[in-house]
Amino acid sequence: MSEPAPQSARRPGLALQAPRTQSAITSPTRISLRQINAFYGPKQALFDVNLEIPDNAVTAFIGASGCGKSTLLRCLNRMNDTIPGARVEGQILMDGVDVNGAEIDPVSVRSRIGMVFQKPSPFPMSIYDNVAYGPRTHKLTKSKADLDELVERSLRRAALWEEAKDRLDKSGLGLSGGQQQRLCIARALAVSPAVILMDEPCSALDPVATAHIEQLIEDLRKHTCIVIVTHSMAQAARISQITAFFNMGQLIETAPTDQLFTAPKVEQTQDYITGRFG
Amino acid sequence: MRTLSPAVKARYFRRQAADLIMSGLCIVAAIIGIIMLALILWMLFSKGLTGLSLDVFTKSMSSTGTGGGLANAIVGSLIQVGIGSMIGAPLGMMVGVYLSEVGKTSPFASVVRFVNDILLSAPSVLIGLFVYQIAVSPFGGFSGIAGALALALLAMPVVARTTEDILRLVPQAYRDGAIALGSRENEVVRKVILPAAFGGILTGILLAVARIAGETAPLIFTSLGNSNWSTDLTKPMASLPIAIYRYAGSPSADLVQLAWTGALLITVGVLLLNVVSRVSLAAVKRGQS
Repeated sequence: MSEPAPQSARRPGLALQAPRTQSAITSPTRISLRQINAFYGPKQALFDVNLEIPDNAVTAFIGASGCGKSTLLRCLNRMNDTIPGARVEGQILMDGVDVNGAEIDPVSVRSRIGMVFQKPSPFPMSIYDNVAYGPRTHKLTKSKADLDELVERSLRRAALWEEAKDRLDKSGLGLSGGQQQRLCIARALAVSPAVILMDEPCSALDPVATAHIEQLIEDLRKHTCIVIVTHSMAQAARISQITAFFNMGQLIETAPTDQLFTAPKVEQTQDYITGRFG
Repeated sequence: MRTLSPAVKARYFRRQAADLIMSGLCIVAAIIGIIMLALILWMLFSKGLTGLSLDVFTKSMSSTGTGGGLANAIVGSLIQVGIGSMIGAPLGMMVGVYLSEVGKTSPFASVVRFVNDILLSAPSVLIGLFVYQIAVSPFGGFSGIAGALALALLAMPVVARTTEDILRLVPQAYRDGAIALGSRENEVVRKVILPAAFGGILTGILLAVARIAGETAPLIFTSLGNSNWSTDLTKPMASLPIAIYRYAGSPSADLVQLAWTGALLITVGVLLLNVVSRVSLAAVKRGQS
């Protein structure tokens, strides 16, 4: 299992200034959200959201269904562009550049921001072709050998190599649910994204597969900015360094995860995390 | 167990009786359908097989009234159905992709869908007359290419319809996944959506081929039919359906026999096409899971 958890368990005195939290706060901001308002047709889904998302950390979005957390996630890589009638106002600055800028090609945004969806959904092609899809689309490799190596590296980073190496030419749909989700993560990693967005990546998985994915997230966040939407508060507490609580389209509170779950500043947050909500 | 009141019992028996009657009617209807099909096939095989000889495949239709084969009609049908499918299937696929992936619910797409549905249910004789107007009378004569064009017009809406239906069954997750990886719309369709729907689209195309293989009316006004051997696309061309149409009412027993054999050939051909499409579809599905 992960390093930090047993460490803080052994030394409870250090729990309050857990190393995870500190590194999260000190790492530079990767994405800045300024006054985000999002609409689906006439219906407003997000209201004046301001948020700083740090690099090399896991930021969790929590909140009840329909609170806008998935909408915000889909704004970050402009996936909402594909929904007719969807509209976003405000600035989403990634490394200082507005991803909604007039001169920005949404394709270039999406190639820098990977996304993993709720339901594991490998393409109906071989495991190899699934991982090679992104590199081929963006012509990232020059030779077959390069591509082979990139596929292997991505599968290793997604902790799927050992299980998949003997069946790379077999369909990705033949894998188990947890393996399929790791394949989707490998597929996203293959284009070396600076940010990975995860929309409830474990909600369709059993506890063992979930533990696998969570371990993987913990490893990945050392080099990547990860934003995860989750319905499980326990999961947010386990894997994230920053937690943002949403309600009715508004960002209610953002804080280092330990702090938000132990000493929330806003009463609504307190009600939600203690289950007194709705 | 609690005993049931008489009212409940009566209701129960009423329902059981209704179930029995309706199930019986369904079974009778199914049996009638199967018997009809079996009778048709039995008649085709018993009457058609006796006339099956090498001459059927090697000799052209006779102009003297007796003897001869169907070689020119078989080849003419293959040519016209082949060209018709090669024009109609890609066009239909493109229309289907447009409707499902690009136009979706836009006003123009709705109009295209509506027009396609009208074309789909248009009487085939009308298609024949239309092609007569645009491809026969302006060029001064019946031709094989006009026949192929009429068949293409019949195949296109069928393929468009099935392609759209099949593409709509492709999970949205594939589209989202490909877009999130930075694919452009055309790459999503080419690399993910079409391969995923390949089997279904192929079945749609084969169904369209099977349908146009048996069409007679649109060919009467376009390729006319030809008793002699001809593969010239600019000249009238023979075809199996027209050969059957001409020979079935003939006073000569020889020619009636040939009509039966021709009907058998079309039926077996279409049957084979169906079997091949089902087997290949099953193979594709096995490869995917």
